[in-house]
Amino acid sequence: MAIKSPKDFWAGVMFIAFGGGMAAIALTNYQMGTAVRMGPAYFPVLLGAILGALGLILFARSFALKGPAVAKFHFRPLLFILAACLAFGYFLKPLGLIGAVLLVVFISAFGGHEFKWKEVAILYVALIIFSILVFVKGLTLPFPICPSSIEDFCRF
Amino acid sequence: MEILNNLALGFGVALSPFNLLMCLIGVLLGTLIGVLPGVGPVATIAMLLPITFNLDPIAALIMLAGIYYGAQYGGSTTAILVNLPGESSSVVTCLDGYQMARRGRAGPALATAAIGSFFAGCVATLIVAMFAPPLAEVALKFGPSEYFSLMVLGLVAAVVLAHGSLIKAICMVLLGLMLGLVGTDVNSGVLRFAFGVSELADGIGFVTVAMGMFGLAEIIANLEQKGHREVFTSKVGKLMPSKEDFKRIWAPILRGTFLGSALGILPGGGALLASFGAYTLEKKVSKNAHEFGKGAIEGVAAPEAANNAGAQTSFIPLLTLGIPSNAVMALMIGAMMIQGIAPGPQVMTERPQLFWGMIASMWLGNLMLVVLNLPLIGMWIKLLTVPYRILYPSILVFMCIGVFSLSNNPFDCLMMALFGLLGYICVKLECEPAPLILGFILGPLMEENLRRAMLLSRGDPFVFFQKPISATFLIVSIVLLVVIALPNIRKKREEVFVEEPG
Repeated sequence: MAIKSPKDFWAGVMFIAFGGGMAAIALTNYQMGTAVRMGPAYFPVLLGAILGALGLILFARSFALKGPAVAKFHFRPLLFILAACLAFGYFLKPLGLIGAVLLVVFISAFGGHEFKWKEVAILYVALIIFSILVFVKGLTLPFPICPSSIEDFCRF
Repeated sequence: MEILNNLALGFGVALSPFNLLMCLIGVLLGTLIGVLPGVGPVATIAMLLPITFNLDPIAALIMLAGIYYGAQYGGSTTAILVNLPGESSSVVTCLDGYQMARRGRAGPALATAAIGSFFAGCVATLIVAMFAPPLAEVALKFGPSEYFSLMVLGLVAAVVLAHGSLIKAICMVLLGLMLGLVGTDVNSGVLRFAFGVSELADGIGFVTVAMGMFGLAEIIANLEQKGHREVFTSKVGKLMPSKEDFKRIWAPILRGTFLGSALGILPGGGALLASFGAYTLEKKVSKNAHEFGKGAIEGVAAPEAANNAGAQTSFIPLLTLGIPSNAVMALMIGAMMIQGIAPGPQVMTERPQLFWGMIASMWLGNLMLVVLNLPLIGMWIKLLTVPYRILYPSILVFMCIGVFSLSNNPFDCLMMALFGLLGYICVKLECEPAPLILGFILGPLMEENLRRAMLLSRGDPFVFFQKPISATFLIVSIVLLVVIALPNIRKKREEVFVEEPG
């Protein structure tokens, strides 16, 4: 049998995995309870069963009804944008705002179509000044500005 | 006149210098992101949520509301001048607005959009002030079964009115409901779906979901297209519409306002649906139907009035029932919860300043928008020439700062990235993210009310059909689902949403 509607097929797979998976986890790990006194598993199992069933319909339908192909995944922007977020999260404390914003701007800029060093550098300088003034000074978010190793040298 | 007293109270709150400033910041920011294609109010409000922690609740909500209806104004500017919807609700404005601009009538088109929006904003503010209190009074009598059924209706309506596949939209709602259950179960204290991750004990952060699914996924999807934005920079010309124009637009503005207000109240409604509905209606009833798509001024006036009216009346279910009717309202609920306010009918009686202050600020915000926007149009046009490659790293920096500041924990950035990935996959599979967000907000509430209702009825599931109000909600939900599943109506529904810009 051939898949006629790839979008429905993969959506079906995704929903079956989520619904079935979460229902199974709930069923094995938490108390089901009764309809009068519902345990922590009751509602998730109910939802998961419906989600799984609907996913199954999508899955089955994808072999019968014709639908469009899944549009191409563009891995370049996907990976660079997600990496930029992670870099910010995990490097803010060691590198300070100055370092973390640098990472976000440059990594995300690599995910685009054109990369111009000068332009990105100017953008970075503008953004870091704005962020320090508005977020750290203005809104008093407790972010370190400088990398922790040279913190003592740059007090503003 | 109680309503006058209430409005006086509201204006007293909204006219305080700080709240006025917040309203101004909100509407300016809203216009800004409305003008810029690819940045929506959902991502912006999500981005600003953490920052509102430190604000007074009234000021915070006034600003966030301003962003939403401000975006409706801004979106039309881009639609008319660039033929790109700055905001999804401005899609239909592109059709005739851009054609008017090409004929050298950009000025009157912009002015018509502003006038229509302002008129609609005034009427909608009044409608909110008149209808919210009685509705809240009814809602105060709701028990758990009524609430549960109401949420079912809200979610069903959101699904029915979403575009794309019905079954996928239902799946997204269910997925959202389940993701909402992650964390500690309030009744038993059991940690659900936390997989030993201590950060998940309080559940998945709402802001991280919204920013990932809307913000990140949007940026990634935008970067796929190698688009060149052609800005229509020829001079805007004189702004004021002629007498002839006024004759043609007053009726469409009126119709658009009322249709928009009605569609905005519906669960799942809001600005987007309102503008589509108004354009379709106008095309049917207008004498100048043949001009539609070629620069008919009615085709700008009606949807612009409707989207602004819809944006405002969609606050009614939020303020009276505590139930969000679209993704932006879901974020507003998030904002209220952050501030320690339980959304629901009691807000009006317990916090009248907040309730009426917000309503009054909506009218003031609309006034600011119409006064500021026409003179500032030159500035907005300049902004449109900023290339996306400058824009998106900036947005990303602000998103990261916002998410990180939630709890000063890298984990939130990780969750945002994961939901960005999920959002991108959903874009590729044509699954709308908005129903997921609604489900996510309502998940814990639904479970709680279901539990209480079943406890009260001693486990009899038919309780939902025995109480008249609850039964009505459920029957309407079922009818909606059945009707929409009928083949020829489904075809119509698809047609309404494929009104592509010409």
